[in-house]
Amino acid sequence: MGTDFVQFSLTPILIGTFAAIACALPGNFLILRRQALIGDAISHVVLPGIVVAFLVTGAVAAIPMLIGAAGAAIVAVILIETVKRLGRIEPGAAMGVVFTTLFAAGVLLLEQTDTSSVHLDVEHALMGNLESLIWFRATGWDSLLDPAALATLPPELGRMAAVCALIVGLMLVFWRWLKIATFDEGFAQALGIPAAGLGFGLVITAAVAAVAAFDAVGSIIVIAMFICPPAAARLMTNRLAAQVWWSVAFATVSAVLGYVLAGYGPLWFGGQNALSAAGMIAAVSGVILGLAVLFGPHRARVGAGRADASG
Amino acid sequence: MTPTPVTIAAEDGQARNPALPTPESALAMRGMTVSYGEKPAVFSVDATFPAGAMSAIIGPNGAGKSTLLKASLGVVPRLSGAVTVFGTPIEKARDRIAYVPQRASVDWDFPTTVIDVVQMGLYRKVGLLGRLSGAAAQQARTCLDRVGMADFADRQIGQLSGGQQQRVFLARALVQDADLYLLDEPFAGVDAATERAIIDVLKLLKSEGKSVVAVHHDLATARGYFDHVFLINVRRIAEGPVETTFTAENLNATYGGRLSATHVDELTLTGGAA
Repeated sequence: MGTDFVQFSLTPILIGTFAAIACALPGNFLILRRQALIGDAISHVVLPGIVVAFLVTGAVAAIPMLIGAAGAAIVAVILIETVKRLGRIEPGAAMGVVFTTLFAAGVLLLEQTDTSSVHLDVEHALMGNLESLIWFRATGWDSLLDPAALATLPPELGRMAAVCALIVGLMLVFWRWLKIATFDEGFAQALGIPAAGLGFGLVITAAVAAVAAFDAVGSIIVIAMFICPPAAARLMTNRLAAQVWWSVAFATVSAVLGYVLAGYGPLWFGGQNALSAAGMIAAVSGVILGLAVLFGPHRARVGAGRADASG
Repeated sequence: MTPTPVTIAAEDGQARNPALPTPESALAMRGMTVSYGEKPAVFSVDATFPAGAMSAIIGPNGAGKSTLLKASLGVVPRLSGAVTVFGTPIEKARDRIAYVPQRASVDWDFPTTVIDVVQMGLYRKVGLLGRLSGAAAQQARTCLDRVGMADFADRQIGQLSGGQQQRVFLARALVQDADLYLLDEPFAGVDAATERAIIDVLKLLKSEGKSVVAVHHDLATARGYFDHVFLINVRRIAEGPVETTFTAENLNATYGGRLSATHVDELTLTGGAA
């Protein structure tokens, strides 16, 4: 299966893995800050941004769409803050109001405009097109060393890898600040760390991950990867660094196993059609979270050991 | 009209009264106003906390005690006001300040250990990417030892009792090796042994020439613990040495008659012996 695998499965698996890791990394901090929903919000509001970018440029081009999506994400973050301040309501409700409204606006825009000639529809927005990101020119593993074949790799791969590398770099550089500002924002501010700017930067980073991943894998994976791997990882350890490593491992396992199960699973059971890879990846991450809830070593962490430590 | 001293005012763009913040004051605030909604939580407060002393910020619930402290540090935004630490604008004196927030202000379920929390006190010194040296790590353990928590270094913080959590926060402030320690309700909800341990550490700091300012809610212990008090109820009520300022009259003014007369008499009479 060497040639087939390289041609049809290698690039989608890599793209899925990069997307999963890029989302899971900021997801760790979003969850600890009780902002997990913001990833959900961002991946929804990306839709109107992409539709508007399409309406303006008239073409399905990656760069304008990424800009449109990023713009929509920033508009959403500002709207959420505004609703929160002016309405004096809790953050979750503010996010819910903003992201459902913007997502609905995106769907309406999509339906009202003539996008039938291009590959831009609600299904694509949800599921992405991971299966179609294949490497036509590959003839086997040795294509990895062939410049001509490498040049025909799907552009999503390079983009997703770059975004993933950028996010890894940001996490490494700002690790201490993120840790202290997430644990104790007041203390961080007293140290002179720009905690508010850092929180905004984290949300923007999540938005960049969501936008890049949305382009390749759709919003279902994005939502699942922001929450499931970090939440499962939290149940495996009581150390932040270990939690982040676990989340990367879970994201990778979800992407690889999900893609393989979706592509080959039905065949093993005598089925004919492959399942949606994005759906299966998200489902695998959910199963991992379920297993962590049932068997994770620190699942009962809240209040654990307090009885023997009182006094 | 006399020319204004532009050289002082121009540096950070903040108007300042050059006569008031002297190096003898550890912490000085001018015109502090903070508002969370339409009603101000702190209104036009001037305060001066002497260097080398233990000072308490005292007032009823909702009087703006913690808000005043947090606003001076920039943890909550202030509508107006200037803050100096040892005569320097606070933004330029952050290395000289250690802050102990309210214990309840953080999530103790955060995935980290006791020693890791203490080392957060070194983050300003080591920067974003600088290595935590062995000496720094040893320093963190020494500070844990000073608050009697050395045996808990590798515990997950969620496993600590309230008093132990407060001691860890104090150790994190100690490792900063500051000149001014700002504590927000350090004795709230802690056991008697912890309260004693904390006050011992604070008195030791004072004997080393450090300055301490604490938000304090327990009137019964104020006289025994502190040298200087600042009474607040949204506005400044009174400030000065505890002997002359912590009086029945001032307390009644601060608490708006909510303390019974016998209660106040008891405090001012027996408090001195505490």
